[in-house]
Amino acid sequence: MHIDIDEISKEFGVTAALHPVSLAIPSGALVALLGPSGSGKTTLLRILGGLEFPTAGRVLFDGADATNLSVQDRRAGFVFQSYALFRHMTVFENIAYGLRARAKAARPSSPEIARRVTKLLDLIQLPQIGDRYPTQLSGGQRQRVALARALAIEPRMLLLDEPFGALDAKVRKELRQGLRDIHDTTGLTTVFVTHDQEEAMELADLVVVMSMGRIEQVGKPEDVRARPKTQFVREFISA
Amino acid sequence: MSDIPAQGFRRATEETKGVQVLLILGVVACMTLLLFAPLIAVFSAALADGAVAAVQSLGNADARSAIVLTLTVTAIAVPLNAAFGIAAAWAITKFEFRGKAFLITLIDLPFSVSPVVAGLCLVLLFGANSLIGGWLVAQGNPIIFALPGIVLATMFITFPFVARELIPVMIEQGKAEEEAALTLGAGGWRVFLTVTLPNIRWALLYGVLLCNARAMGEFGAVAVVSGKIRGQTATMPITIEMLYNEYLSVAAFSMAALLALLALVTLALKTALEWRYADQLAATHRH
Repeated sequence: MHIDIDEISKEFGVTAALHPVSLAIPSGALVALLGPSGSGKTTLLRILGGLEFPTAGRVLFDGADATNLSVQDRRAGFVFQSYALFRHMTVFENIAYGLRARAKAARPSSPEIARRVTKLLDLIQLPQIGDRYPTQLSGGQRQRVALARALAIEPRMLLLDEPFGALDAKVRKELRQGLRDIHDTTGLTTVFVTHDQEEAMELADLVVVMSMGRIEQVGKPEDVRARPKTQFVREFISA
Repeated sequence: MSDIPAQGFRRATEETKGVQVLLILGVVACMTLLLFAPLIAVFSAALADGAVAAVQSLGNADARSAIVLTLTVTAIAVPLNAAFGIAAAWAITKFEFRGKAFLITLIDLPFSVSPVVAGLCLVLLFGANSLIGGWLVAQGNPIIFALPGIVLATMFITFPFVARELIPVMIEQGKAEEEAALTLGAGGWRVFLTVTLPNIRWALLYGVLLCNARAMGEFGAVAVVSGKIRGQTATMPITIEMLYNEYLSVAAFSMAALLALLALVTLALKTALEWRYADQLAATHRH
């Protein structure tokens, strides 16, 4: 699914989090929203996911206006910064949550849910942990469970907020490849937020550099690195 | 700082054994004097003329009416306050809106206002001489000197307990889990039942138990609005006071012992639940 962001702006009270920004995300791309904290990248991601609504502008999914589509109807697989796993549920129940929340007519049967959860646990290469609680998992395992939970709803796109932020350097490298693999297997349009330029450059097909609520540059990693458009981009990617 | 060894553990306490024992004995003595002694005194005064006299004093019509009234009032006030408390804590912790600080202050109001003043306010608002009260009396549904007034007074006094217990827990938990549930397609009501409520259930339980204990024991505000009509609007605490003033000490202390016993039962219930669900508690509280 391709996503078009058309002159989106967002104000919180009197402060502007996003000045009108526009961006076209091609279907199946792996896109990094890169920028320092306060650059508006998380706000933009949350607008795509339907967790915030823009003050002005439109969001289009496959050309259709989705600006006012409710968060439930967007079917965006969202991975939160500290994963936001349901702490009182087992890993299995966490992953099954989205399927069980469906309206009765669209809800898979119990055995079907179990089958799909098992398949997702295999996909994230953690087949044995269905009975555990989130507190009994390592940071890296939690991140992968959050990813499986987001994928369970058969999302139209995958949105990740600092997916590697809470992990140590070694696990971070491993999971980068994990995300790349899952993206390539599912073919989902994927947008992730990061403040780490190395991570963005290594993982993404398309890097969107943001600062102070504006998009500074959009381009392939090698182009952004070779030809930074503004002073800010030059300084930020060399940091 | 140079005398602190660079490696190895430092003991948590550096006092000598003697000082430690002395401090512990001091705490035990204080607890005995302030907490256990009054409890024992109440029970021994109740049983001064033997258990039969104590039980008999609770069996007469007025005593039974007081017990039923207190349980009725609690059964109405506590669930309502639990619902209001959840609603208030939910609004305060999950949403941004104008006047939030004012709402938090308002929730604390019953803690700072004297119960007698609260009772008098209710009399002024709903008493027979007020506009609303006059009409209600004419309809045959008086509020003051009747059950509704007692319930209202109890609810006012116990309002903060549930909300106060929930707010810090809900602030600490943030709203990421709720947002996650929304993105997974769950509606608002489902999010509340499957995510919010399970996460706050222990805080809610503590709040409800505190609220319950206070509701059963409330005296000041209820004394003003109830009119203390024996056998009709006298709750357990009010009956205790009336009996005591009439020098019926066995009857007064028997009722007091029963009230204390009800409070102890709720405490025991809480402990039992904690013990029963120890694993779950540990799993959800660690992070």
